Amino acid sequence: MREATMIIMAAVLGNNFVLVKFLGICPFLGVSKKLDSAMGMSIAVVFVMVMSTAATWPIQNLLLEPNGIGYMQTIVFILVIAALVQLVEIAMKKFVPALHRGLGVYLPLITTNCAVLGVCVLNIDEGYGFAQSLLNSFGAGVGFLIAMFLFAGVRGRIESNDYPESFKGIASTLIAASILSLSFMGFAGMIDGIFGM
Amino acid sequence: MKDNKLTILTNGFIKENPVLVLVLGTCPTLAVSTQAINGLGMGLSTTVVLIFSNIFISSLKRVIPDKVRIPCYIVVIATFVTIVQLLLKAYFPDLDRALGIYIPLIVVNCIILGRAEMFANKNSVVDSALDGVGMGIGFTLALTAMACVRELIGSGSLFGISLTAHLIDPMAIFVLAPGGFFTFGVMIALVNKITRGKVRDKQKQGCAGCAQAAACGQAEEGGCQS
Repeated sequence: MREATMIIMAAVLGNNFVLVKFLGICPFLGVSKKLDSAMGMSIAVVFVMVMSTAATWPIQNLLLEPNGIGYMQTIVFILVIAALVQLVEIAMKKFVPALHRGLGVYLPLITTNCAVLGVCVLNIDEGYGFAQSLLNSFGAGVGFLIAMFLFAGVRGRIESNDYPESFKGIASTLIAASILSLSFMGFAGMIDGIFGM
Repeated sequence: MKDNKLTILTNGFIKENPVLVLVLGTCPTLAVSTQAINGLGMGLSTTVVLIFSNIFISSLKRVIPDKVRIPCYIVVIATFVTIVQLLLKAYFPDLDRALGIYIPLIVVNCIILGRAEMFANKNSVVDSALDGVGMGIGFTLALTAMACVRELIGSGSLFGISLTAHLIDPMAIFVLAPGGFFTFGVMIALVNKITRGKVRDKQKQGCAGCAQAAACGQAEEGGCQS
C-alpha cells in the first residue's frame, strides 16, 4: 500500500510528466486553451495510458524478452498503441456513443502523444512489475490531467493581459508554463520527505 | 530548377525552422537541451531518421494506400529509430545514456510525421531527401543554440568545457525544467521580434501550423474547434 501510494504520488507530483519530464508538451500547449477540451483530452490520455501499459508490459516481458528480440520494443509498442487506440475508438463508438461524443475527438491525437509511448517505455526501463506499471501509468495520466487543468486556468488569465508584442502567442504561453513548472519543482523533495527515502 | 532545390534545402534552416517557427517537436527540444552536446546528438539522430524516413515514404507513396498511411509511416519511422538507437548504444554509449527515453520517442516526434504527411507524401524522392536534410539541420541548429544558452547560464560551461572557472555560481535553474520552458519562450519571442511578427502569423494558420495535424482527423473536416 505504502509503495503503491508512493508510486502514484511520485508520478503525479514529483515526476509530473508534462512539467518535469517534458512528455506530451504538444497537447499541453495545443489543447489547453479551453477548460472543457483540456479535460476531455486529459481523461482520454489517462484511459489510453493505463490501457496501453496493460497491453505493452506483457508483450515486452512475455513475448519479446524470452525470444531475445527486446530491441523490437519501439516498433512493436507504437503499433500496439496505434491499434489499441483505433480499437478503443471503434468499440466506444458502438457501445458507449455518449462517451465517444465526449472523448472521440481526442483519441486519434493520442497515438502520437509522446507521453503514452513514454510511459510504456519508462515502465520497462524502471523494471516495474505489472501492478506497479499500471499504478505508474495511472499516476502519470493523473499528473497530465492536473497540469492541463491548472494550465487551462492560467491561460484564460494570460489572454486578457497586456504584455510586449513579441511575447504574444506561444512565447507567453511557454513563460507561463515555466512558472507553473517552477511550482511543481517544490514537490520534488516532498515525496522523499514523506516516505523517508 | 536549381534555385528551387536550394529553396527546399534552406527552407528548414530559418524561414520554416521546425522548432522556432513551426513549433514542432517541442518535447525533445525542451528535454535534451540541457547540454550543448546532448542537443547536437539529439539533433543529428533526428536528422538521420528524418532523411531516411522521408526518402522511404516518398518512394513508397504510390504503394501505400491512403487510408492506412499513418500506420505505414509510423512503421517506417520506427524502423529507422530502432536502427539509430542500436547504433548509438554501440558507438556512443554516453550519449545514449544522456538522451535515454528520448531516443525511442523520436518515433512520435511531430517533425518527422509532420514532414512525412506534409512533404514526402507529395514530392519526389530527391526533394524529400533535401527537405529532410534542411529540416534536420534546422532542428539541430535550434536545439544546439538553445542548449548552448542553457548550458552556459545553467552550468557555466559550453560543450562540457567550463568557461567561468567556477568563479561565478551558475544559475542551476536553467538546466532544470522551468529554465527549459523559459529559454524556449524567450527564443520564440526573439524570433518574433526579429521577424516583426511574421512568424507568429504562420503559427496561427490553423491546421497547417498545428503539430497534431498529421494524426488529427479534424483537419479534413474543416479544422479543430479549439
